[in-house]
Amino acid sequence: MTEKINTYTISIYTENNIGLLNRISAIFLKRHINIESLTTSQSEIENIFRFVIVVTISDSKIKRIIKQIEKQIEVIAAFSHTDKETIFLETALYKVKSKSLFDEKHIQKIIKESQANIVTVSPNYFVIEKTGWREETEKLYDSLEPYGLLQFVRSGRISVSKEAMNISNILGLNTDK
Amino acid sequence: MNKSINISGAEAVIRCLIEEGVDLIYGYPGGAIMPIYDELYKFQDKLNHVLTRHEQGATHAAQGYSRVSGKVGVVTATSGPGATNLVTGIADAQIDSTPMVCITGQVASHLLGSDAFQETDIIGISTPVTKWNCQITKAVDIPKVLAKAFYIAKSGRPGPVLIDITKDAQFEMMDFHYEKCYSVRSYIPTPKYSINDIEKAVKLIDSSKKPLIVWGQGVILGNAENEFKEFIEKTGIPAAWTILGLSGLPTEHPLNVGMVGMHGNYGPNVLTNECDLLIAIGMRFDDRVTGNLETYAKQAKIIHFEIDPAEINKNVDVDIAILGNVKETIPKVTNLIKKNSHKKWLNKFHTFYEIEYEKVIKDDIHPSKDGLTMGEVIREINEASDGNAIIVTDVGQHQMVACRYASFKESKSNVTSGGLGTMGFALPAALGAKMGAPEREVVAIIGDGGYQMTIQELGTIFQTGAAVKIVVLNNEYLGMVRQWQQMFFEKRYASTEMINPDFVAIAKGYYIDAKKIEKRDELKTSITNMMNSNKPYFLEVKVEKEANVFPMIPSGASVSDIRLE
Ligand SMILES: Cc1ncc(C[n+]2csc(CCOP(=O)(O)OP(=O)(O)O)c2C)c(N)n1
Ligand SMILES: [Mg+2]
Repeated sequence: MTEKINTYTISIYTENNIGLLNRISAIFLKRHINIESLTTSQSEIENIFRFVIVVTISDSKIKRIIKQIEKQIEVIAAFSHTDKETIFLETALYKVKSKSLFDEKHIQKIIKESQANIVTVSPNYFVIEKTGWREETEKLYDSLEPYGLLQFVRSGRISVSKEAMNISNILGLNTDK
Repeated sequence: MNKSINISGAEAVIRCLIEEGVDLIYGYPGGAIMPIYDELYKFQDKLNHVLTRHEQGATHAAQGYSRVSGKVGVVTATSGPGATNLVTGIADAQIDSTPMVCITGQVASHLLGSDAFQETDIIGISTPVTKWNCQITKAVDIPKVLAKAFYIAKSGRPGPVLIDITKDAQFEMMDFHYEKCYSVRSYIPTPKYSINDIEKAVKLIDSSKKPLIVWGQGVILGNAENEFKEFIEKTGIPAAWTILGLSGLPTEHPLNVGMVGMHGNYGPNVLTNECDLLIAIGMRFDDRVTGNLETYAKQAKIIHFEIDPAEINKNVDVDIAILGNVKETIPKVTNLIKKNSHKKWLNKFHTFYEIEYEKVIKDDIHPSKDGLTMGEVIREINEASDGNAIIVTDVGQHQMVACRYASFKESKSNVTSGGLGTMGFALPAALGAKMGAPEREVVAIIGDGGYQMTIQELGTIFQTGAAVKIVVLNNEYLGMVRQWQQMFFEKRYASTEMINPDFVAIAKGYYIDAKKIEKRDELKTSITNMMNSNKPYFLEVKVEKEANVFPMIPSGASVSDIRLE
């Protein structure tokens, strides 16, 4: 039986608790599921945190995972969305030798065309930032690589859903209606 | 609000326990929990601490206590090895939904992360096997966290909670006042059913011709035995139990058609794949119950009564889910349902029972061959106790035989490690059961293998004087594993034969009356004598070495392919 596999963005609203990251990641570990990216941040509601986790799994598995996550005491609610149902971005930073910026005219063209920003320039290196979809940050990576990348880093996915998540309703609060 | 008093964190822990109605704890002391033990000493007239001989024993004793009394079991242990020794019992309580609060000592907060003496990350270790856990580093947090711990352990689907308290927090002074916890905003213990689903379920039940109920521990944990009985009596639906549902309905009830699952009864297993409606009540479709999911009850509509939403559609997709506590939801259905009976369908179960009786049961409980069988020992215990005993079992062949043949009149009378299958469970659990129901007879049925995993708890039994009756069914094998080796590994008996010690001498070494029997003609009187004793008693029965438990659904097979030989 081969089930269709999809990329899901899981959004989890939680109380702020020290052990919670461990508890949530253990749910994936127990089921041998790879977490592709994970970010945590303050949410739109005071003292409530938000985890955004990206996984690629089957439709039936994602439903069961969401229920297991919601079962954790300090999880307020968890949602899963396909890429179509969310607006999401990642940010990448590229550190390149300053020398190439002056020697290779081409680099400036690349930066301009990819709508990336130069964040900082120093005598030895400069840093480019690009926020966008995975394909975009990857394309820029491919373009810059021939000039020698000193460092590269990409953030986890941040995303907001197209539909309202109604966390406030669950908590009886008054936001995101 | 009551007035607050200035006390140490350690004393606060004790006062919290007393506020929660705790009068008994099982545990083991050590450096990081000494302040709490010091307070236990001062409060010993209010709080009885039972010193087990191993922390694992403390967890199983707390489980046994909880399973028969419905109260929260409480365990204390020190940091490091004390805490790690709890893990098996916590995992067992988690998978079998037993309410338990474990309190561990921890190194002082300024030492956390320094690999201090007996520092271990018990929060990290216990996270996947607890319903909730929390570390306390400040005394002021103790009352709130402990109140929450008890609330979470016993509400909704119960489970184990671990609270780790640093030693400095135990010493620190604080203003104590206690407020019980009645809700946690991010936690919905009992989800709401929908009337619509109740009505749909009623329709399905009323129109079904061959309905079958499978009930689990949810009926017992929800104290819903009466509601459950009214439901089945009004509908006339045959009802089968999972191993943890056992004793939820009296064995002799005319609609009780036996056990489902790997070593369950022939009828309910085969007819699972023939019924037109399967009503699952407070059970979770464990693989030992369902066999191969691809062929499990595919012809049937399924209704699932369940308190834990994560169990819905986890293993088996259901047509209707009725969320909530079965004590509340079952009567909703009973009230709307037509009175009915299913005589012809019920007879089918009886026909299967007769086949099983001829092929399996007769030789198990009334053997004609020389060797003693486990089944006849259980039958004799039934007769001696008149079905009124609490039966505590370990894990293996003796467990399956005991659960198959033990008879019960009262609920909360079967204590076994179902989900985790923890060998070593029974002896300490029996101690806990006896302390949780002192007026009742408690008989532990244990294999010679599992007995030796927690045999040191004989010391606790002797010291407390708890009149537990211990029956070791000695086949000189890790019998259940040997059976698999015989059936599926061409009799290669790798490391399953045991040369056992003199069990009687060991029991006597702990000053416990003990006897060993090898012949049938000694059986009845020995069991009667054991039951008549008002002290702990040990009885070793030498049973046939290579007997097998049947019926059996080989793992991966369909429930309807259950084998009788
Ligand atoms: C802690 C633990 N280790 C291993 C097992 C695997 N196991 C299941 S049954 C069994 C044999 C039990 O032997 P015994 O206690 O003598 O009972 P019998 O089956 O002979 O009645 C074993 C080893 C287990 N369930 N628990
Ligand atoms: Mg054995």
